[in-house]
Parts: sequence; C-alpha cells; structure tokens
Amino acid sequence: MSNHVLLGIENVYRTYVDDEDNKVEALYDVSLEIEKGEFVTIIGSSGCGKTTLLRLIAGLDTPLSGKLTIGGVPITGTDPERGYVFQQGGLFPWLTVENNIATGLKARGVYKQEKSRVQEYIELIGLQGFEKAFPHQISGGMAQRVAIARALINRPAALLLDEPMGALDSFTRADLQDKLLELWRHDETTMILVTHDIDEAIYLSDRIVIMTPRPGRISDIMEVSFPHPRHRGGVEFLTMRKTILEKLHLASALPEPEYRI
Amino acid sequence: MGRFTSVKTQAASVPPLQTQGPRLPNPYANAKFLIKAPFALVGFLIAILANRLFPQIADVAVTDYEFPSGFILNMNEAYELVLLGLILLYLIAGVYSWFDPDRRAKYLNRVPFRFAMGLALTAWDILGTKLLMLPQPFFPGPARIIESFLMEGDYILQNTLYSLRLFAVGFFVGVVVGVGTGILIGWFARVYYWVFPVLKLTGVIPAVAWMPFALTLFPTPFSAASFLIVICAWFPVAFATARGITSTPKSHFEVARTLGAKTSYLVFHVAIPHAIPNIFTGISTANGFAFTTLVMAEMMGQPGGLGYYINASKVWSAYYKVFASILVMAILFSLIMWAIGAVQGRVLRWQKGLIHE
Repeated sequence: MSNHVLLGIENVYRTYVDDEDNKVEALYDVSLEIEKGEFVTIIGSSGCGKTTLLRLIAGLDTPLSGKLTIGGVPITGTDPERGYVFQQGGLFPWLTVENNIATGLKARGVYKQEKSRVQEYIELIGLQGFEKAFPHQISGGMAQRVAIARALINRPAALLLDEPMGALDSFTRADLQDKLLELWRHDETTMILVTHDIDEAIYLSDRIVIMTPRPGRISDIMEVSFPHPRHRGGVEFLTMRKTILEKLHLASALPEPEYRI
Repeated sequence: MGRFTSVKTQAASVPPLQTQGPRLPNPYANAKFLIKAPFALVGFLIAILANRLFPQIADVAVTDYEFPSGFILNMNEAYELVLLGLILLYLIAGVYSWFDPDRRAKYLNRVPFRFAMGLALTAWDILGTKLLMLPQPFFPGPARIIESFLMEGDYILQNTLYSLRLFAVGFFVGVVVGVGTGILIGWFARVYYWVFPVLKLTGVIPAVAWMPFALTLFPTPFSAASFLIVICAWFPVAFATARGITSTPKSHFEVARTLGAKTSYLVFHVAIPHAIPNIFTGISTANGFAFTTLVMAEMMGQPGGLGYYINASKVWSAYYKVFASILVMAILFSLIMWAIGAVQGRVLRWQKGLIHE
C-alpha cells in the first residue's frame, strides 16, 4: 500500500431488501484505493450501487462485510473530515446562505475562532451580496455552490459529491464544474464524485471508476491523463467518451426491460 | 391598473437599475385614492349625524353620567365619540397608506366594507335605540351597549384584566409544556410509544369536561381555570410539535451529521427549527381552544372575568352589558391573534414567498 493512499475500500459487500422484499446486492466485492488529492468519479447507470458506496465512505451506512479505511483508520461513522454534498443540496431552508455555510463550524463549536472562513468561502463561490438570502430566494446553481462551500468549510480530507449537478441545466452545470475544479485546486481536497454524466466525469476527474448493476461492482477503472483545461470537443475527450460508452453498454449487455408490471 | 402606470412612468424617467429604490408618487393612483378613500369615513359620519338628528321617538331614558373629573356624558355622546374615534383611526390609516401604492390598494379594498359598517350602525341605532323596533331587551341599540362602559367601565376593565391574566398564564404554560412534550414525543421513540396514545385519547376531550375535578382539586378557582386552559392549549401544541419533529427529512440529519453535528445539535438546530412552522399551526389552534375554554370556565365558576360578567349581567336581563362584554372579547381576542400572527411572521420570515408565490 502506497503512502499516498487516503481511502481504502477492501472487499466491501452491501445488500438491502427493496420494497417488494427482493434482496438487492447493491455492492458486491468492491475494492478501490483513492489517493490523497485525487479527483475520482464513480459513474454508472442507476442502481449500480454508486451512491451506496459513497454513503459507506461518508459513514452514513455500514457495509455487510469488508473494510473501509481513511488514512489507515477504519471508518465507523460520519466525521467532518469527510464532507458530503447531497443530490438536492439539502440546505436548511430556515438558515440564510451564510448561516448554512457556517453550520459545520457551529456544529463543531469552533464558529468564534474560524468565523472569517465563512466570508472567505462566500467569496470563493462568488455569492457576495447573497449572504442574508434564504435558500428559496437563490437559484438551484447557487444553492449547490452553497452546499459545496458548507461541506468544505470544515477543511475535509475528502469531499463526497452525490450527483450535485444532476438537477441543473447544462450552462449552470458547466459553470459549476469549473467552480468545482477551482475549489479542488484551492483546497487540495480529495474529490469523490458520483455521476451518470460521462462528459462531466471526463471533464473533471483523474480517474473514472465504472460501476455496473446487479450485482453492483466495479467493472473498470480508467485514467484520464490529458491536462486541464479539457476541451469538451477535443479528440482525446471524444475518444474517451466513446470508450466509456462502449464499456457501459458492454457491461450491461442484457437488454433492460422497458417497463414492469 | 394604477400600479402598472406607476412602473411605466418610472421606467421613462429613471434608469432601470433604480426601480428598487423609493417609489415615485403616481398622480393618477393618488387621484383615485382621494376620491374613493373618504368613503371609509363617510359611513361613520352618517352614523353620527343619524344619532344626532334622528329624534328619540321610543321611550328610552338618556341618563347623564358624571365622571370624577366633572366631565358629563350621556350614552349618545359616548357612542358618537366611539364613532369619531373610528373615523380618526381610519383617517390616520388613510394618511399612512397615502405614501405606498401597496398600502393604498389595500386601503381602497376595505373602503366598501367600512362604508357598509357605518350604514349598518346607522340602521341599528335607529331601529334599536330611536324606535325600539328590535325585540327588547335582547337587542339594544349600539348606544345602549356603549352606555355599559359609562355605567361600570371600571368593573368591565377589572373583569377584562382578570380574563387577560387567566389567559396569559394558562396559554403560556400550555404552549411551553406542549412544545416540551411534543419535542420529547417526536424525538424519543419510547416516549412516542407511551405518551402519544395518551395524548391522542385525552386530547379530544374538551378541556371544560375536567371542570368538576379542576374545581375540587385546585386550591383557587383561578388555578383551576388556568389548569383547564393549560390542558386545552397543551394538546394541539404537543401534537403539532411532535408532527414537526418526526417529519424532519432524514437528509437534514445526514447533512448535519456529515458536518460534525452531535445529537444535541440535531435536536436544537435541525429538528426544532424544522418543527417551528408546525408549532405555530399548533399555537393558532390552541389559541382558539383557549378562548373558548377561558369564557366557558369563567361562566361556570370564576369570581371574575368577561365570561363571569356575561353571566352576572344575564341574571338582571342586562343584555346591553352582555353585548358590551362580547365587544370587549372581540377586540381583545383579535389583538391577541394579531400579536401571535406578528410573532409568527417574524420567526418564519424564511418562509416568505415559499408558500404564497
């Protein structure tokens, strides 16, 4: 094991029972190592267990068997060193933008000492002037930026992002992707992003982990070696896109049922 | 229509960025306001003139009451003073509304109602006092109701303060205990299991049903009635608070936990803030229950209060005093509801525009 490994996932299994009493193997023998400062994207169709894996890393869920470690220490629960950004942001509607961002500091009881960081992050995400706005008064893209800033305020070693851009239009999404890269460089946080958007994965990450469903497992890991800023229409980009598409299709060779009764 | 014009004139004269600034007066809207708004006052003016000019045909004694200061007033003069007070109140409201288009529109919207109120008072005054054409003694005219305050204003005030004190103590304790139980029920599964069914079962019983026990078990009538108000306010508040706590989305807790929140933070900074809208719904319901319980408790065995005053006056067939008491209740309870609404609007300002737009 190299010294640079931040996160270790070894032979992790997780099953759950769905509404119709079927056993679903969300994760089946999943192993992965993520290095410090890396930007890793986990991609796959819905039901491949990518969100389950992210929740395990966050400590919001526990594996059936297998081991998850961070910096060599087993993960036993949630910890501010692992920030989490939820699909719909999940801002507290009763708190203003600045109080939402300050939540982490207040929850840990260090608000007085580190108060200045709130303003720093508001500036980093470009939301000056919206400090006193309530979540419903800002746009979806702004809300996601607030959610990211809120998770980063605790200086986490890893930031876990669960499809944070899923509900945004493509312009806002591209904008937020650039913002995310900027924040990644600013804080040197390890980023673990779950998405089903192939372009997003290639545009952002160092490595792309491809997962396939039933049972949820890692089918392939690809390095993205060409430098930033990545041109979405470039040859390397498009070649990579084609490869990933093929891999995703190959992996789910069985025809999907169109509907269920 | 008027506001649309207002936006247009602004756009022509100032750069668009300044539309957020102070609004310019709009001559057209103000002219309309000037013509229509006075009708809010005209109705009451007619009522005063009717009281002044319409001859007292039926046989009703008009007594002069002398105040300690030497001031002498009869019921008609007192009634006219009240009407004058209303005119003054709506005049001030009108002047205040003058400066803001939104308030102007709101004021104009209420003009027909205020005008009709003046006419209704006029008709009531003529039929009830001047001609005595309404069934007596059940429906005295407005001036006779006002006369109650001349006869025993101090006593009415005493009873009002008694009611107010009873309400304040009972309602405050009821809300505090209700929020407390609601939080416990909502947060601890075990408390939910044991206490929630009890709450559901006892909550449907009208609080006054406990009156016989309350009167024997509590040392004073005041504490007995407070107890009744406490339990009638407790139920809806506890129920709504528990609902608010249990309905907190799991994701809110998960967000807070990944940010380093411990249990106490989850309770006080996630679950309770989430429950605040529900708590206010519970408080509004409790408010209505508490008014009912208050008056009923006072009518059944209190040494004072507006409910007691109604009962005491009824015995002497002094229905004008019953109406006086009802009038005080209407004003007092409206003020309390308005105050609660104001607090709610302030606390829940993060919801503004969330529901209504």
